[in-house]
Amino acid sequence: MVVVNMIVTALFGVGVLFALVGAIGLLRLPDFYTRLHATGKCDTLGGGLIILGAMIYHIFRYPETLLVTAKLAFLVVFIFIANPTATHAIMKAAYKTGVKPWRLGEERKGR
Amino acid sequence: MSEKRFGIFLAFCLMAAFWILLSGIFDAFHLISGLVCCAIVAILSQDLLVKGKTEKRLLKSLRLVTYIPWELWQIVLANIDVAYRVLHPKMPIDPLIIEFATTLRGDFSLATLANSITLTPGTITILVEPETGTFLVHAIAKEPTEALLVDQTMQKKVAHVFMET
Repeated sequence: MVVVNMIVTALFGVGVLFALVGAIGLLRLPDFYTRLHATGKCDTLGGGLIILGAMIYHIFRYPETLLVTAKLAFLVVFIFIANPTATHAIMKAAYKTGVKPWRLGEERKGR
Repeated sequence: MSEKRFGIFLAFCLMAAFWILLSGIFDAFHLISGLVCCAIVAILSQDLLVKGKTEKRLLKSLRLVTYIPWELWQIVLANIDVAYRVLHPKMPIDPLIIEFATTLRGDFSLATLANSITLTPGTITILVEPETGTFLVHAIAKEPTEALLVDQTMQKKVAHVFMET
């Protein structure tokens, strides 16, 4: 159980770290498109790792309810399909409504 | 079994498995009512889930299964890449928009490639033209675009999975 706890803690830690990087990226990056790079990717892996940790914990702590683990596995699958699709949809909406992409050397506005 | 019936049958099996998974109650009433509902929905929405005729469905599914681990590894690389760019004090970014054409035409293969591009290092799909197979991609810097423009690893892999070379 100690080994399981260590693995689960490590997965949670890395997941939270990536979620944090996503949030920092949202604040630091210069424009709409680059901000989506940070949130779209980091949230996918961060959320996936956290749910993976919950799955491993549940298998070893409550082996009698395997159905919950299966439901968590489906959550991961849906996040990995829905997150890039949603990112692409937001990106496309911004592009169609004429949001100008930031280029290197331009001044940053709206910090 | 005809193609249409197979589609209905496949949709029914998927929905029944999902019903059992989500309900978690295994008495006769819940199982039978679930199966009846699945049958009605499968007959009504026959063309939604499994579309038309597709050959070599099994082989394509197998190839998709071998593609997914590579894609997961690419996602890990993408996150490390974004983390490096975000946390670096100087933020080494140089955003640009690129356009390239592919040989892919199928709905499912185009969607797979679009989502793969979004999840791999430094690139997000903006637009997809299904008729010409053209992709408009926003990249965070110059280096990540080379994998798409020069090597074309991902296009080749997706084309291999869906046999659309």
